[in-house]
Amino acid sequence: MSAGRIVVGMSGGVDSSVAAALLVEAGHEVIGVTMHLAGSDSRCCSLDDAEDARRVADRLGIRFYVANYKDRFREEVILPFADAYLAGRTPIPCVVCNRRFKFHHLMERAHALGADAVATGHYARIGTDPEHNAPRLLRGVDPAKDQSYFLFDLAPEQLRRIRFPLGGLRKQEVREKARKMGLGTAEKPESQEICFVPQGDYARVVEELRPAGLPGEGEIVDTHGAVLGRHGGIHHFTVGQRKGLGLSTSEPLYVQALDPGRNRVVVARAEELGSGGAHLSGASWTRGEPPPAGQPALVKIRYRHEAAPAKLVPGAGGFVDVHFEEPVRALAPGQAGVFYLGEEVLGGGWIDGPLS
Amino acid sequence: MRIYLDHNATTPVHPEVASAMQEMLRENWGNPSSTTAEGAQARRAVDRAREQVAALVGADADEIVFTGSATEANNTALHSVARASDRTRFLSSTIEHPSVDEPLAFLGEQGSQVIQIGVDETGRLDLTSLRLQVDDRTALVAVILANNEIGVVQDIPTLAEIVHRIGAHLHVDATQALGKIPVDVATLGADTLVGSAHKFNGPKGAGFLWARKGVLLTPWIRGGPQEKRRRGGTENTSGIVGLGQAAELARVDLPVRATDSARLRDRLWEGILEGVPGVRRNGSEEHVLPNTLNVEFEGAAGELLLQVLDGEGIAVSAGAACASGSIEPSHVLSAIGRNPEQARGSLRFSTGLRNDEAQIDRVLGLLPGLVARAREVAA
Repeated sequence: MSAGRIVVGMSGGVDSSVAAALLVEAGHEVIGVTMHLAGSDSRCCSLDDAEDARRVADRLGIRFYVANYKDRFREEVILPFADAYLAGRTPIPCVVCNRRFKFHHLMERAHALGADAVATGHYARIGTDPEHNAPRLLRGVDPAKDQSYFLFDLAPEQLRRIRFPLGGLRKQEVREKARKMGLGTAEKPESQEICFVPQGDYARVVEELRPAGLPGEGEIVDTHGAVLGRHGGIHHFTVGQRKGLGLSTSEPLYVQALDPGRNRVVVARAEELGSGGAHLSGASWTRGEPPPAGQPALVKIRYRHEAAPAKLVPGAGGFVDVHFEEPVRALAPGQAGVFYLGEEVLGGGWIDGPLS
Repeated sequence: MRIYLDHNATTPVHPEVASAMQEMLRENWGNPSSTTAEGAQARRAVDRAREQVAALVGADADEIVFTGSATEANNTALHSVARASDRTRFLSSTIEHPSVDEPLAFLGEQGSQVIQIGVDETGRLDLTSLRLQVDDRTALVAVILANNEIGVVQDIPTLAEIVHRIGAHLHVDATQALGKIPVDVATLGADTLVGSAHKFNGPKGAGFLWARKGVLLTPWIRGGPQEKRRRGGTENTSGIVGLGQAAELARVDLPVRATDSARLRDRLWEGILEGVPGVRRNGSEEHVLPNTLNVEFEGAAGELLLQVLDGEGIAVSAGAACASGSIEPSHVLSAIGRNPEQARGSLRFSTGLRNDEAQIDRVLGLLPGLVARAREVAA
């Protein structure tokens, strides 16, 4: 009890299992909570992941609960996800889920349960700037697993009360740790990137959720407006996408933009996909304040993107203009642009489109 | 020392029950179907248990069939009636246990007509609606004598009259009532009735079905001559003996148990009313089990309150836990007109054998602060 009571979000995967185990080892009184978000198999709820988490909790000898957030998750995460696709964007629900949903609700729960902090199995670190006694969000040390991109939206007051026990570990070490501790989740495969989209078929999810709002068939056009073919609904497409266009052209064409107003998919050649800058909205700063205009940073425009050097120009109203040193390819509205300064995540925002 | 206020979920095994079971396991392990001395000894123990259970519900021992659970007993009864009757209409209430709802839904899938009769805001069955719905096509009416979540007790004798007038079968799920209120099959006017040992300080895995003489039972589990061919499989002798012992204790101690649990339940409710703002009681205050208190804490999540109380060493219940342990808003609270928000804010306290005043007072000391904390979160 000396190290404090802490609530750990446990998904039933190996990462959060080890996160909980490490905190128990460090002397914390740990309470495991599985957030039941989606994944209903029958009319009740899916069993396996919660059951895996429960077994790990039993093994660690900690209190464990399953919390039902299905309705709220649907309202706050899944439906906005579908609506974003219908608006021609490529949403990234995990960021919204993390700040507005996961950490928000886990922290509330922690408060009610008398706990000081919340922990998850994310691969990211939280350091402290001794000069300002302020938290700093840092990349996880495993470059292949670093999840800081999904966490840029966390506010300083949240960072103060969050622990990421896995931030200093590599995935391999986490699995070894799980094996050594005899955790049943040690060999569990990686989960899908979006937990509520089975087999990555997001278009079907959109169609099931918003059958009345589907855009229907439309035209595929080139950058001059010439009609090249037809498509079955813009929600099937993402900027940068090449496959699935059904066009036979001499050189490969890619989705350059989605135009929900005219229900059009605009395609272009590879060299036309570059953008010298991006306009972002809804910016969030992990230090609480935006940096000065002209701040150099490395900017990721999607999770698996090699961060590109750029200068940031924060404006009023949560807007940020990002000027890249070299044009970046396939800037997709709806994705997050995340700003790094060395190891630190400065913040990020939502891509609205290229700078004109 | 934990404070257990969740006796409608399950009850601690009474020490005398545990002793009787232990003796069976150690000394009397014979197969009741064997014609040897060991078999005879086991059979005598099972027969005695049958008499003890029969005495609890005012029945003949012959009419008692031992099962693995009340759920199994419900399944056996409902399917037996469905097979034996050429009528195809099945009625129940909107506040039944899943072990009645789901077998009936299964009959519905096979072509029967299944209708749920509504209840009023206290949870009592709408008898006018029942009178309208019962007709000469009706095979069976299934009703929960005392509801597990809000404890409402139905007027079964009046119901029985309505049901029998048209020649239908009355099935009573008495699982939650046994050991808490008097249950007498003749007074109730039931045709079949089920119960389970673990709800009255007996072991888990031991239930029973009572069927009035003349009711044709079809075995739900086939595979042997046991239970007069009404339920196959070697008897769970230690469980059955535990059930018998628990039944006897429940019968003898019933008046004391009912008074004690009601006194503590009322102390709890009065204390909550006094100390916690924004509360209301769900269900009937008049026709209710002596041990059950279902309270809505306005603006708080019951599921979270449950966890907070658990951390303080107090066990209660909220809603209906599903397979993963995630809690769904209760269909019973929805049936008595509570909206999902109100249902989510509700907790069930159920008192029992080992509770005392000091425990209730400790809960009352903690509740106002814990509810306030849970309310900050729910916003």
